[in-house]
Amino acid sequence: MDKEIKFSWQDIIKYGVIGGIVALYVVLIGMVVTFKERYIIAETVNLGQIALFSPTFILAYFAANNARKLKSLIYAIVVGALVGAIVGVFVAALLVLASHVNMREVFLNVSPELLKILHFGQESLKGASLVIVGLNLIVGLVGGLFALAPRRWSNALLVGAALVTLMGILQELMSITFGTKDWYKPLGEFIYAKKGLSWGGTILFFVLGMLFSLWRSSPGLHPGARVAKLPPKQQQGVRIVSFLLGLAILVWLPKFLGSYPSEILTTVGIYVIMGLGLNIVVGFAGLLDLGYVAFFAIGAYTVGILTTTGKLATVGWNFWMALPVAIFLATMAGVILGIPVLKMRGDYLAIVTLGFGEIIRILVLSDWLKPYIGGAQGILQIPKPEILGYEFKGPQQIYYLVLIGILLVGYIAWRLRDARVGRAWKAMREDEDVAEAMGIHLVSTKLMAFATGAAFAGLSGAIFAAKLGSIFPHSFNLIVSINVLSLIIVGGIGSLPGVVVGALILVGLPELLREFADYRMLFYGALLVAMMLVKPEGFVPEKTHARELREQPLEPEVAPEAPAREAL
Amino acid sequence: MTLLQLDNLHTYYGNIHALKGISITVEQGEIVTLIGANGAGKSTTLKTISGLLYPRQGKVYLEGKDLTKYRAHEIVKMGVIHVPEGRRVFSRLTVMENLEMGAFTRKDKDGIQKDLRRVFELFPRLEERRNQVAGTLSGGEQQMLAMGRALMSQPRILLLDEPSMGLAPVLVDLIFDTIRELNEQGMTILLVEQNALLALDIAHRGYVLETGRIVLEGDAKALKENPQVKEAYLGGS
Repeated sequence: MDKEIKFSWQDIIKYGVIGGIVALYVVLIGMVVTFKERYIIAETVNLGQIALFSPTFILAYFAANNARKLKSLIYAIVVGALVGAIVGVFVAALLVLASHVNMREVFLNVSPELLKILHFGQESLKGASLVIVGLNLIVGLVGGLFALAPRRWSNALLVGAALVTLMGILQELMSITFGTKDWYKPLGEFIYAKKGLSWGGTILFFVLGMLFSLWRSSPGLHPGARVAKLPPKQQQGVRIVSFLLGLAILVWLPKFLGSYPSEILTTVGIYVIMGLGLNIVVGFAGLLDLGYVAFFAIGAYTVGILTTTGKLATVGWNFWMALPVAIFLATMAGVILGIPVLKMRGDYLAIVTLGFGEIIRILVLSDWLKPYIGGAQGILQIPKPEILGYEFKGPQQIYYLVLIGILLVGYIAWRLRDARVGRAWKAMREDEDVAEAMGIHLVSTKLMAFATGAAFAGLSGAIFAAKLGSIFPHSFNLIVSINVLSLIIVGGIGSLPGVVVGALILVGLPELLREFADYRMLFYGALLVAMMLVKPEGFVPEKTHARELREQPLEPEVAPEAPAREAL
Repeated sequence: MTLLQLDNLHTYYGNIHALKGISITVEQGEIVTLIGANGAGKSTTLKTISGLLYPRQGKVYLEGKDLTKYRAHEIVKMGVIHVPEGRRVFSRLTVMENLEMGAFTRKDKDGIQKDLRRVFELFPRLEERRNQVAGTLSGGEQQMLAMGRALMSQPRILLLDEPSMGLAPVLVDLIFDTIRELNEQGMTILLVEQNALLALDIAHRGYVLETGRIVLEGDAKALKENPQVKEAYLGGS
């Protein structure tokens, strides 16, 4: 079974060439120049450099991945360094080529500035090439050593480095948060230098990240394992306390973060509600629904029509009167979609639901309905919700509306999962025919899934309309359905905490990285691909799905299988 | 006493006339077997009884009650339990979870516990592997699990579809011994098998199906001696 592990020139060259191509790509799309001013650590390390050297590090790590099994220091060093050097040769070759030939006609980003950066302060081309190869060699060597380190420690180092990078990238946002407030202002000044993290901040976050990772991975300290050892009564207590503590933090958060991050959190929250709904349909019941945005649109438009005070004004209800109607209509739409697709499975179901989503989007855009719902101009002047004189006017207030929505919907989803209908969904997801033979009523079970999922999306849409104060058809594109589906998959299909993690990563991160404009989608795509390769079961996997994707050793057969006829 | 009676059943797959007037009776406490070649309509008969297919004509009676008026999930509640062919277990769930699914229609916790113990007595291997994922069980164990799961839903009659399919001879014997044991405990069983010899060995009565029609019926011993049956299904004499 185990392949013999040996030193292989072929592998080294393969990984080196891949790393070289990726590094060239990073250089040629202009990341190194664009990000040269984005200092992560106090005017020392910038994001462009990180982008330039990460391929080297990652490929060297993968190339030397066998070092852990071999326990060979020399193997790790040699393989890592060689891969690094090959990558370096690629980059140096680009530098040499670009210094002699004008490449700008094809590659716009090969600017004099880039060449200057790639010289790394050296005067001569020769010296610069040597420095490039040397630096890559060192980075590759470190990558190789990483592959040798025990997994726990290498993970901890990576988490630390990732946290430092993230905090460095988020400097602008965090400075606003820290800068405007009273008692944590000194803290902000300690963490951040003028550009990037201060050395103190760097060390702080690195150590924090490492400690967190080590704490999570330590068998003796792991929070879940320790709680599980306590008597049931205390376990209950720990859970209640940690829930209340978490809630308190969540309630306090928008006050601390300020307006813009609260806005992002609100958007994330709206996706969490949708994700919890689609998770019931896709994760619990196994019905692939690609038209999920339709129910979100129905919720949003119902609230819009019923509450607007603009020129499309109808009854002019307040938000709280319109909300139940929005949820009801979305639920009905769920049932109406559910009935024709009862007999469909898998791909066919996906296509039909896709069509349903498009129908709703086109209806919303249509001239036919324009007098009622505004067509492409949408619905304006949707009043903010108000309760007992408290107005949910800005993101910092709407946040609480979203939070309540998530808690409510999360609780319902959690209870449904463990209820009879949850078990019926599970059986249906695993095998429809057998589920039916077990006495599960497929029609009502499916409709229940569609209806519940749609109701959640309706609630989400209603809050979305109130948050924006105006709604336009282009907010209800197919991409919303795809995003919600992706966030469920990234978080861990069928898993409730997974929805939150997935939404934070797939909705929150791109919002935070808005300043990186076009490169944002590159990160996003790379993250999705890496994620599916490294952790296909998601960040917080649900146990049944994890079983499928993690390889399970097959039990030996009791006796060799043979066709029954041979028994005769 | 007649437990199950099929009266002139006609079932279609689209335009294909699969069952052309099947009439069968199963008495309380009997093992009745349906034998026949591939495509004779054996599995279709079971699916029609359990409500997975609707007959275009004819009735199915369970103690005089017409089952064709009910849907599959209601028929399960009446105690007609179908074990589909090809060991259809929930392969990503554990053995325990599979068995719990079998008790889906029930709410009597004590009764469920009692039946669970009974299943584990019948199939001790399942108890050993209660926390194992069903997909990683061997073929024979999966068949045991499929039967155990059926027993969890308080059957009055078990419809077994090809329990020997794809199993090694040793395991086939084990499964058939269990079927006999279940019957001795009072379970009524309608058994569909391609392995006619084995089926007729443990059954009381049998029916021979050919292209959707019953061509022979009678006492299992008599069928086994029948030259036609010997010729066609028992590999000659």
